[in-house]
Amino acid sequence: MKIAFTTKGTEWDSIMDPRFGRTEFITLYDEEKDELTNIDNRSIESVAHGASPQTAQKLFDLNPDVLITGNGPGGNAGRVLAQANLKIFVGAGNMTVKEAYNAYKNGELKGF
Amino acid sequence: MKIAIASGKGGTGKTTLAVNLASFLAESRKVVLCDLDVEEPNSGLFIKGKLIHREDKFKMIPEWEKDKCTLCGHCQKVCNFHAVIQLGDQIMVFPELCHSCYACSELCPVDALPMIPQKMGELKQFKKEGLSFVESRLDIGQEQAVPLIAQTREDLDKNFDDDFIKLFDAPPGTSCPVIEATKDADFVILITEPTPFGLHDLTLAVDTMRELEKNFGVIVNRHGIGNNDVLTYCQKKNIPVISKLPNDRRIAELYSRGSLIYQKIPEFKKQLVNIADYLLKLQEEGIR
Repeated sequence: MKIAFTTKGTEWDSIMDPRFGRTEFITLYDEEKDELTNIDNRSIESVAHGASPQTAQKLFDLNPDVLITGNGPGGNAGRVLAQANLKIFVGAGNMTVKEAYNAYKNGELKGF
Repeated sequence: MKIAIASGKGGTGKTTLAVNLASFLAESRKVVLCDLDVEEPNSGLFIKGKLIHREDKFKMIPEWEKDKCTLCGHCQKVCNFHAVIQLGDQIMVFPELCHSCYACSELCPVDALPMIPQKMGELKQFKKEGLSFVESRLDIGQEQAVPLIAQTREDLDKNFDDDFIKLFDAPPGTSCPVIEATKDADFVILITEPTPFGLHDLTLAVDTMRELEKNFGVIVNRHGIGNNDVLTYCQKKNIPVISKLPNDRRIAELYSRGSLIYQKIPEFKKQLVNIADYLLKLQEEGIR
């Protein structure tokens, strides 16, 4: 399984970013390889409109099985993510990446 | 002469001033009032005229033709607004993000993104005695006010010649819709209230008008409440204070019933006379 997180940093101890479209990083955990990788999304700050479809496009290209985020994507991103075969879990906005992963594994996160 | 009534802060009296000033001026001159606050037009609540024209307004949005598309990805590269994106073997268009610039459509090598009209709102024109009144209203669910404001201004230019005094009731704030509503005005009235909120948003509106290199002046509404900081600010920044409209419970009562105010409150009418004189003098001095 490949699991994507919206994050404010690049480590397991980093805080999650509750925003989807304007998340600072997308952190990807590949369970098979036990490998944590990142996409720097900070250039999105300067984008006035259409941040979330753009972030959703990046996520689409990563092709994860699961997305864990905070508030959940809005309508535009939702249209993109509907094209990706992806389960979305929300409510992890105040956790670290590690905590979010554990909460997901324990079935404590809400499906979107 | 085109005069836009804008504010920065909402609820400071744009519509109150616009409908009363337009009706007053129309007693002796050719006047058209245009409500450009298309997300929430409310001048019409006070101008109960006869409907003489109605039309739907459209904006152009690209529509993907899958059979023609070669998935070259050019469209998403040229879109400045990220309204067109390529996902695997399909192209998605986000109408709410599209600014109708035609770049994707024109630059598509195989014409796979033709522009299709999409209804965004409607324009109505009314007549009440000597006053013409135009309002545009954005459809529910539409997110962009700018294209409808632009089309409404174009309509006004086409249908009313330069003999008319054109008054624009602008949206609040300082973002794109306000800029679109004020950009071809010869003069902008910024109406504010003498409170810290009023002053804060006035300074933003002043900065915006300075950036647009507009001629503008300030009208203080509900004069008597709050403090003197707005007047001190205007003095310091060399901004003309055209008028101070009194704070009066009777004005609020008339407003809440959808009535015009100057016909009932002489102090208010006196201020309108001053404002009209100020504007007509500007016109004589060469601001068209």
